Amino acid sequence: MTTTPPSPLSPHLQIYKPQLTSLMSITHRATGIFLSLGTLVLVYWLMSIAAGPSVYQHAQQLLHTWPSLLLLFAWSFSLFYHLCNGIRHLFWDAGYGFTLKATYRSGYLVIAATLLLTTTAWITAFVINGVL
Amino acid sequence: MRLRSHLAKIRGLGSARAGTEEFISQRLTAIALIPLLLWFVTALISLAGADYDTAVEWIRRPVVTTFLILLILVLFHHAHSGLREVLEDYIHHEIIKTIAMVSMKFLIITITVGSVLAILRIALGN
Repeated sequence: MTTTPPSPLSPHLQIYKPQLTSLMSITHRATGIFLSLGTLVLVYWLMSIAAGPSVYQHAQQLLHTWPSLLLLFAWSFSLFYHLCNGIRHLFWDAGYGFTLKATYRSGYLVIAATLLLTTTAWITAFVINGVL
Repeated sequence: MRLRSHLAKIRGLGSARAGTEEFISQRLTAIALIPLLLWFVTALISLAGADYDTAVEWIRRPVVTTFLILLILVLFHHAHSGLREVLEDYIHHEIIKTIAMVSMKFLIITITVGSVLAILRIALGN
């Protein structure tokens, strides 16, 4: 019988001080899971167009209710975050930006870019729709 | 002489040596998704609230049909990579993990095929 030696454990989250780096890492995963659910809305939208005008009309009405808009807002924020932080990850994978200073700087840059892209997207959408 | 089979020796002791390919494909899909998603989100914003004919006309443009299908394929491939990682990390029961991973894979493939079919129906429909 072989016994597997106990593997080293990750830091216990309950006693681990939250930091920008760890929080952003957790958020990356959380937004990824949330976005996977969001793909279902994309699929629903495509299928409603394929099903014809009346179904599409119904889908459009459903997507323009307040709860839907709130969800769409959350999905757009998650998308931009996951996209920007994903690019940050790609730089790490290529071997760049590993110093503590660079990690924090890129972290703040990702947050700023996410906020900027999300607001720009929604303001543009509202302007095009004549709401603003 | 040792009579233990190699399988018994390595079972439960880590890597199946298939990680590199998965690592690379997750990065490649990520890179492909950067332009695809930026294009798609921009298009969606300009299509927000569009009527049926406008949406159909847009999807029927050959370039749009092509990139929309590419987006669906790459997006679901990437989603599968990520969700598999999550299941691998958080489900520790071997049988439940296997069932969850297989179900997830089947579900994602079904949704992918359904989405591509929807795009083709719009693009090729009368």
